[in-house]
Amino acid sequence: MSTGLIDMTMSDQFSPLQIIAPDGKVKDEKLLPDLSEEQLWELMRRMVFTRVWDQRAISLNRQGRLGFYAPVAGQEASMIGSQFALQKEDFILPSYRDIPQMVWHGLPLYQAFLFSRGHQHGSRYQEGLNVLMPQIIIGAQIVQTTGVAMGFKLRNKKNVAITYIGDGGTSQGDFYEGINFAGAFQVPAIFVVQNNRYAISVPIEQQTKAKTLAQKGFAAGIASVQVDGMDVMAVYKAVAEAADRGRNGEGPTLIESLTYRYGPHTMAGDDPTRYRAAEEGSEWEQKDPLIRFRKFLEAKGIWKQEDEDAVIEEAKQAVADAIKQADESPKMKVTDLIDSVFETPPKHMEEQKADFSGKEGK
Amino acid sequence: MAQMTMIQAITDAMRVELKRNPNVLVFGEDVGKNGGVFRATDGLQKEFGEQRVFDTPLAESGIGGLAVGLGLQGFRPVAEIQFFGFVFEVFDEIAVQAARMRYRSGGRYSSPLVFRSPFGGGVKTPELHSDSLEGLMMQTPGVKVVIPSNPYDAKGLLISAIRDNDPVIFLEHMKLYRSFRGEVPEGEYTVPLGKANVVQEGKDVTIITYGAMVHTSLRAAQEIEKVRGAKAEVIDLRTIWPIDTDTILESIKRTKRAIIVQEAPRNGGAASEVMAQIMEKGVFYLEAPVLRVTSPETPYPFGQIEDEWLPDPARVVKALNQVLDF
Repeated sequence: MSTGLIDMTMSDQFSPLQIIAPDGKVKDEKLLPDLSEEQLWELMRRMVFTRVWDQRAISLNRQGRLGFYAPVAGQEASMIGSQFALQKEDFILPSYRDIPQMVWHGLPLYQAFLFSRGHQHGSRYQEGLNVLMPQIIIGAQIVQTTGVAMGFKLRNKKNVAITYIGDGGTSQGDFYEGINFAGAFQVPAIFVVQNNRYAISVPIEQQTKAKTLAQKGFAAGIASVQVDGMDVMAVYKAVAEAADRGRNGEGPTLIESLTYRYGPHTMAGDDPTRYRAAEEGSEWEQKDPLIRFRKFLEAKGIWKQEDEDAVIEEAKQAVADAIKQADESPKMKVTDLIDSVFETPPKHMEEQKADFSGKEGK
Repeated sequence: MAQMTMIQAITDAMRVELKRNPNVLVFGEDVGKNGGVFRATDGLQKEFGEQRVFDTPLAESGIGGLAVGLGLQGFRPVAEIQFFGFVFEVFDEIAVQAARMRYRSGGRYSSPLVFRSPFGGGVKTPELHSDSLEGLMMQTPGVKVVIPSNPYDAKGLLISAIRDNDPVIFLEHMKLYRSFRGEVPEGEYTVPLGKANVVQEGKDVTIITYGAMVHTSLRAAQEIEKVRGAKAEVIDLRTIWPIDTDTILESIKRTKRAIIVQEAPRNGGAASEVMAQIMEKGVFYLEAPVLRVTSPETPYPFGQIEDEWLPDPARVVKALNQVLDF
C-alpha cells in the first residue's frame, strides 16, 4: 500500500528548450542567441555541407572507398550547433559518430577519411587542434573529459572540455563516474548526450526507466538541461550558456539533445528496418534541422537557393579533394607502428622491427 | 644516509618529484587528508596543498580517466589504485586509453602517467586484494611494469617512472612496505627502468626473480650454500616490462643453470617470458632445463592458507637441487 512517502514525481521535470519551431517560426524572440547574420549563414552552410558530405561518405563506403563510417544525417543541429558555441582552445572528446564536430573544429577532411580507412595519420592531429581521437569504448570519454576539464581549471584557463555520448552510453558505469567526478571537482566540462533514441537497435524505453536522460545529471548534482536537438538555435544557446558557466567557474553542465539518426548505426551492415518503424523516420523528418533553419533564414532573407546550390557544390568538391588527398597519403609501415608505441622503444622492440624492415623499403 | 622502510622511500620519491615539477599531481582514494590507506602519501597534501595532492570519489575508472585527461593537459599524474586487485575496474583506462594514447595519435598525445598500486600476498588481506596481476599488464602494449624489492630501488624507480613520458604501472608489494629498512639517499636519484640488478653474485646457478620473491630467493640461496656449498646468483628484474635480457644472459653464460621464481600463478607471466627469452637466446649456455617456481593456477587463496600457497624458500631450494643435480 503506498503512503506517498516515496515519491518519484519530482525527478523528471524537464521540457526541452526550443527556440525555432519545426515550421521555422521563432517561439520566443528573447531566447534567440546573439549571432550576426554572417554567423547564422555560416551555421546553415555547415549543416548543408555536412549533409552532403554524409551522403557522399555513405556512397563512398558502399563503393569500398571508405571504411568505418557512422552516418550523421538528422543530428546536424546537435553536432554543428554545439561545436559552433566553442572557442578554438576548447577541447572536444568525441565519440565515433562525432566527426563533424572535429572537422568544424579544424580537422582536415582527408584525415577524417584516413581514420575511416584505418590509417594512423588520420588521428595524427596538427598542433593547435584540440580534439581527441574518436572514442570507441562507450563511456571512456566521459571520465577523461573530467580530467581535461580539471587541467583547464588547474591552469586557470577559461576553456571548457566538451564530450559527446549517445542515449545508450548513459547506461555505462563510466558515464556516472565521469559526471560525478566533474560535479565533485566543479570542473568546466560539458556533457552532451545526443539522445537519438536507439543504441544501435535497443530503444530508449528499454535502455532506462528514467523519463529523461537530463535528470541523470541531477543525481550527480550538476546542472542539466534538455534541448530540442533538431533546433540548431536551441542547441547553440544551451552549449554557449554551459560554456559560459564553465568559463566563469560555475562547474559542469549536462545537455540532453533530443535528436534522431535517419540512417543506420554504421555502414557495417546495420539495417534499421529490423528495429524501427518507417513512419517513425518520416515523423522525425518533419522536424528536420536543415529545413527548419532554412525556413527561418529565408524569412529573414539570409539564405537563398543560390547559397544552397553553391554549398552543395562546395561540399562535393571538398569531399572529392579530400578523397584524393587520402589516396595519396603514404602507406603505413609496421616499423613505424613499432616506433610509435613508446617515446623510445626498448631494445627488444627494436629487434622486432627486423622482421619487417627488410620488406618495407624506403 | 637515512634508513627507511620501502613505503617511506615511496613517499619520499613522490615528495621529491612534487617539489621538483609543478606538473606532478598525486591523487586517488584516501590519499589526501588520510595519506593513503597504507600512508604512502602521508603528509604530502599538507606539504603541497589540495590542488596537487587530493582525494577522489570512490571509482577506479574515474581515477584512470582523470589521469588520462590530465595527462593530455601536460600534467604528470601519479594515481593510486588502492589495491591492484581492483584494477579490473580501471582496466580500460589503463590498457586501452592510456597505453595506446601515443600510438593512436601518432605521437601527438601521450600519457605520462604512473599508476601506483599495492599488491602481493602474505599479509592476510581480505580476498581480492592480493593478486599478482602483473602478467596482464605485461601483455598490454604501451605500458611499462615496475616492481621494486627494496627501499633504495623503490625510490629511484618511482622517480624514473614519474619522469618517464609513457605510462608506468608501479606495483608495491604489501609485505615489503614495512618489513625491513634500508639505506635511502636524500633528495633525487634515479634507478633506470628496464635494468635488472644482480643482488647476489654466484657461479653455480642463477635465480631470476622480482618483488617479494627476491627475499624468498635470497633465503633459498643461503640454504643451498649451507647444504651443498653451491653459490647462487640472484637477479632482481626490478622492471618486468621491458625485461633486461642482457643481464640474464650474461649470468647464465657463467652459471649454465637457472630457475625463475615468481609469486604469480605459473601461466603466461614474467617467468614464462624470461623462460622464452632464455630459450631463444641462451639455450646453448645451459646444462640443465630451466625451472619455474610459482604459485599454482588458482585465484589468490583464502587468508588461512596463503602461506602454503605462496612459493617459499623450501620450494626454491627444491628447484635449485633439481637443476644442480641434472
